[in-house]
Amino acid sequence: MATREVLGSTASNPLGRPRGFWSVLHVDPILLLLLLALVSGGLFVLYSGADRNFSVVKAQGIRFGIAFAVMLVFAQLDPSVFRRWAPWLYGLGLMGLVAVIFVGVGAKGAQRWLALPGLPRFQPSELMKLVVPMMAAWYLSQHFLPPKLSRIGVGLAIVLLPMVLIMKQPDLGTSLLVGMAGLFVVFFAGMSWKLISAFVVMVSVAAPVMWFFGMRDYQKQRVLTLLDPQSDPLGAGWNIIQSKTAIGSGGLDGKGWLQGTQSHLEFLPESHTDFIVAVLAEEFGFIGMLILLSVYFLIILRCLYISVTAQDSFSRLVAGALTMTFFIYVFVNVGMVSGLLPVVGVPLPLVSYGGTSTVTLMAAFGILMSIHTHRRMITA
Amino acid sequence: MPWGEIKDTAAERRLFQRRAFVMLMMVFLLLAGLVARMYQLQIVEHDIYTTLSDKNRVQVQSVPPPRGLVYDRNGVLLAENRPVFSVTVVPERVGGMDATLEQLVRILDISEEDLERFQRRLREPRRPFQEIPLRYDLTEDEIARLAVHRHELPGVEVEAELVRYYPHSELTAHALGFVGRINRDELQRIDPVNYAGTNYIGKSGVERFYEELLHGKVGYQHVETNARGRTLRVLERENPVPGEDLELHIDLRLQNRAHELLDGRRGAIVAIEPATGGILALASVPGFDANKFVTGISVADYGELRDSKDKPLFNRALRGQYPPGSTLKPMLAIAALDSGAVTRDHTIWDPGYFQFNSSGRRYRDWKRGGHGWVDLTYAMAQSCDVYFYEAAVEMGVDTMHSYLSRFGFGEDATLDVSGALSGLLPSREWKRAMRNEPWYPGDSVNLGIGQGFMLATPLQLATATALIANRGEWVEPRLLKDIQGDRSVEEFLPSETHEPLKLKDPTDWDFIADAMAEVMHGAKGTARSAAKGASYRMAGKTGTAQVFSLAEDEEYEAEEIRERLRDHALFVGFAPLENPQIAVAVIVENGGGGSSTAAPVARALFDAWLLEFSAASDGALISKTDSGIGER
Repeated sequence: MATREVLGSTASNPLGRPRGFWSVLHVDPILLLLLLALVSGGLFVLYSGADRNFSVVKAQGIRFGIAFAVMLVFAQLDPSVFRRWAPWLYGLGLMGLVAVIFVGVGAKGAQRWLALPGLPRFQPSELMKLVVPMMAAWYLSQHFLPPKLSRIGVGLAIVLLPMVLIMKQPDLGTSLLVGMAGLFVVFFAGMSWKLISAFVVMVSVAAPVMWFFGMRDYQKQRVLTLLDPQSDPLGAGWNIIQSKTAIGSGGLDGKGWLQGTQSHLEFLPESHTDFIVAVLAEEFGFIGMLILLSVYFLIILRCLYISVTAQDSFSRLVAGALTMTFFIYVFVNVGMVSGLLPVVGVPLPLVSYGGTSTVTLMAAFGILMSIHTHRRMITA
Repeated sequence: MPWGEIKDTAAERRLFQRRAFVMLMMVFLLLAGLVARMYQLQIVEHDIYTTLSDKNRVQVQSVPPPRGLVYDRNGVLLAENRPVFSVTVVPERVGGMDATLEQLVRILDISEEDLERFQRRLREPRRPFQEIPLRYDLTEDEIARLAVHRHELPGVEVEAELVRYYPHSELTAHALGFVGRINRDELQRIDPVNYAGTNYIGKSGVERFYEELLHGKVGYQHVETNARGRTLRVLERENPVPGEDLELHIDLRLQNRAHELLDGRRGAIVAIEPATGGILALASVPGFDANKFVTGISVADYGELRDSKDKPLFNRALRGQYPPGSTLKPMLAIAALDSGAVTRDHTIWDPGYFQFNSSGRRYRDWKRGGHGWVDLTYAMAQSCDVYFYEAAVEMGVDTMHSYLSRFGFGEDATLDVSGALSGLLPSREWKRAMRNEPWYPGDSVNLGIGQGFMLATPLQLATATALIANRGEWVEPRLLKDIQGDRSVEEFLPSETHEPLKLKDPTDWDFIADAMAEVMHGAKGTARSAAKGASYRMAGKTGTAQVFSLAEDEEYEAEEIRERLRDHALFVGFAPLENPQIAVAVIVENGGGGSSTAAPVARALFDAWLLEFSAASDGALISKTDSGIGER
């Protein structure tokens, strides 16, 4: 307690570590406030996106309740617990992914779920979004940073293995998110810029190879559709054309809550899940989008602050990677809905209707809060 | 912890801070990129997407104009519009056509024929998203059952549609014509904009001739629809301009009387008001119910009508081309007088036949033994054939052709009667072209009594008779009497083209009219029994036309063949003699003699028109007639 007070007095920054009640709860009030603002605003948009179906909002509210509980539980654990568990969880996750390939269940030609007797159905790939950065951070933080080339290689292998398994399901969106989470760890660990440049060159060479050998037809179609949505205006291009129309017709201040014609007249597909941001853009306009993106920016800012002020390399790497993963969600989703990126199944974090990703995301924020509120007594 | 490690920890922290700063910059830039994208879509290109969004949700629908009504001269409704509920299918919005049809068949009473017609129309070219009717005239029960299942049947709608209805169709079908579904050929012809919401078009008669007037102008409404095309609300509406209501010269009472007089027989009656050329009655018996044709007649019903030996679909008044026989004699008498072939006092000896020379063929008079000494008046009254044989030979074919064509034979002289045929007025040129033979003097002999090649429709005979009643003043026959809007009749009625027929001695008209009066009132007049007891004087001419070949239908009973080989009975005439109010032509197929069969029919019509109807044109008479035929 004394140490905490000392630290608190030295860090006179009012945005610094929580004190008193919040520190007992292991919750960062600023991050919590931003998340609550996002979630509650998101529920209003969801009500509209689900065409005034209150039961959808209620179901999502319950999910948020569970997700916040998960966040609180994760926040209570000491960061060292995550570090110790990382290899075991990683091993478990890999087994899960392999199991999914053989005994998984799913729909629309993709096996993503694991239904083990006695356990609720879950997606091992979702778990890997947290575990892969933790594992990479565990491995890289055991030695001095920046890591040597060989260690970077092993780190990349740690990331690549689950990526390939997830892509087999096939689930390109999650695979890329998991990969990004791991790569951010390697980047934060201090991979040299020279290597990064080489890596970028490699990826750009690999991309066409992927196009011809690695990608499935529906994935290629999505990319082609992005480039020219008018080529198939009633088929694959429909989603993009309709979402751009929804966003564009919103204008500066939007058509008003529940007044979006694109979504309420059923022109906009997936209006309460992946394309919900188009509903927000249509009904609240450019101003609404500025507010939404500002809230996301503030959340990321706060999380980066938490990462920078973390006490050890493992915590920093995990916090930084999870933060950036969160950002990737936002960017990929908004970019996809506004026609900048191909359509991949990435939800708008904490706004889109859906359970699994919400819980995973809140668990990630739980880890960040744990890192921020568990301070080891180090006297400088 | 070793010192070095602490130092390195600090270095690691600085490394991380640098990397985090780079990431922060990247986040900031990419988010700024998203903001820029939003700015582009929502501010810069806002107008484009607003248009797209409106185009999505707002659809322009055409609103068909209600078709103009048709009244008779007394304001009795002849053609109206009735709301009919039908179930329609929009193929573009149906999930699975086969499954949908299957379910509809379970819910509604849909016949094989309905399905067949639907499938046929499905294959025909049509506007996208145009609904295809599956069944018409739904009952309220069926509408309710459809409403229950509506959510399971996307693309299936119940539509209220105004459908043409003819309250007195059996009487008016041939005069009015009827409307029907627009077919493929008509689709090519019509203005696609104005007919965007219209399903029916005039197929024949008045409905066809005044299609433009009756149709009106299409209206529009902007409706909000959802992605599945269901209309949610009307945003804006421009009302259609209804078609004009028309008033015809037809008098339903007279039309009804004409049908009654011919009831049970086959024939036609055309009655014209000489002063106006207005067609008062245009009856072809038997008639048919045109209402069946409006929404599409069933194959069985159509077959029955088509194959009936009485040919109810055949419009005898306009399209029945008969040898006019002796009813042509008044017109030929005018020709003979005016051309100088005969004089009023010219007298001949009729031995009962005519010969060119003593060894030649004998052209017989209808009266064996002949009429003896005959002048023109007597020749008319007694319908003496030999007098007209000689006059015809004297005139020659060219003179007869020239005069008869002035009476409107050999052409459709009507202004607005759709489908009227022109008959056949033979000439030297015609015979050369059609038969590759010269015109023989014998042909002239036959033409002299309205036989031989000559063919005329009842409408043509009535027209020529009206011309005599008018003393040569041409007033082309017409159906349209008035348009009930601001538009004038002259604007839509074709202009009159016939010059008046001027005789060298105009009193010849009166002379011939008097000769026709002799037919009715003279002591020897062929129709004297028909005119007996009349309170007014009338002019007329009987006729009997030989039936040449009607025996090809072998299924007829022997009795019937004999009946159907009997002569056609004809009569033309007008009344009153001095101030003609009505001119008629009557034909009774296989009716036998004109004087015994056709003349009494004409007399009854004269009485009806002159005494019964126009004497007291108060409401009582109209409603009396109405109640008699209003029931269906």
